[in-house]
Amino acid sequence: MSTDTATPEQVEKVVYDALVEIGPERDQLHRDATFEELDVDSLDLAEVSQVVEEHFGVQLKGDDVSQIRTVGDAVDLVVNRAK
Amino acid sequence: MSSRPEGCALVTGASRGIGAAIATTLAVDDGWTVGVNFRSDEAGAQRVVEGIEEAGGRAAPVAGDVAQRGSDEKVLAELEERFGPVLVLVNNAGMRADGLTVQLDDDAWDQVLATNLSAAFRLTRRAVRTMVRARFGRIVNVASVVGPKANAGQANYAASKAGLIGFTRTVAVEVARRGVTVNAVAPGLIETDLTEGLGPELLDAVPARRAGTPEDVAACVRFLISDHASYVTGTTLTVDGGLSA
Repeated sequence: MSTDTATPEQVEKVVYDALVEIGPERDQLHRDATFEELDVDSLDLAEVSQVVEEHFGVQLKGDDVSQIRTVGDAVDLVVNRAK
Repeated sequence: MSSRPEGCALVTGASRGIGAAIATTLAVDDGWTVGVNFRSDEAGAQRVVEGIEEAGGRAAPVAGDVAQRGSDEKVLAELEERFGPVLVLVNNAGMRADGLTVQLDDDAWDQVLATNLSAAFRLTRRAVRTMVRARFGRIVNVASVVGPKANAGQANYAASKAGLIGFTRTVAVEVARRGVTVNAVAPGLIETDLTEGLGPELLDAVPARRAGTPEDVAACVRFLISDHASYVTGTTLTVDGGLSA
């Protein structure tokens, strides 16, 4: 699988696009927005993980996903994993 | 016709018996392009495909021993490449290796669990990702009345089928909000190679006084996959002529 470079900007774009696809409005999205307030649940996050994996080759497991609370957490996790 | 998205179906263990009947009805009666999975009986799978094609349906044999780790990726990727996303998965592949528990060896236990339960888990894990994103999917697991009900000499088989029913329920609630349904059918005594040698005296216990046919089971699977069953999920449809009533 060819993967993109996981710069913070790239990851943020991919994560935001994936979230908009699932439900939240784009203007609700910012680093400190919590998944709880965005009404994004564990299945939604599993879907975002799938998109992230396709783009950056980074696999996020159930344990990883359970530890992230905000959009910024998700972006940082992917950027760090991709290093 | 329904508003279902473009995609195809996979029926495991479909070279004969119940799997062949399911593959045939989905392809011929409902227009699904069907992957007819087989482990070793390539000629049987080919016959099923030819029968479907002669009746105007579309199908292809798909080789793969689903009990082996990694086969899920191989089988599903092959189908996706040829026919698009797999939106219907029927986990039908099954085996028996009977014996009283005190005499059951590790291989008999492991092989039955690997084929009847772990294969369904791995295929479901892989296939449901696509279904969730498509906002549509149908998974039907072929369980058995043995599992919820005891049958001496089949502890491994019963454990695998009871496990499959628990697995069905749990996955169903995990993905229900994405338009993906997950159900099981629980056949009773069905005339197939797998039930050969079980003895005619068993028929006396069946209120319908006959063994079921693979087509009896396939009709139930067809219903669970149809739009008519879009609100049915996490359930087990028993097909046993009243045996477990």
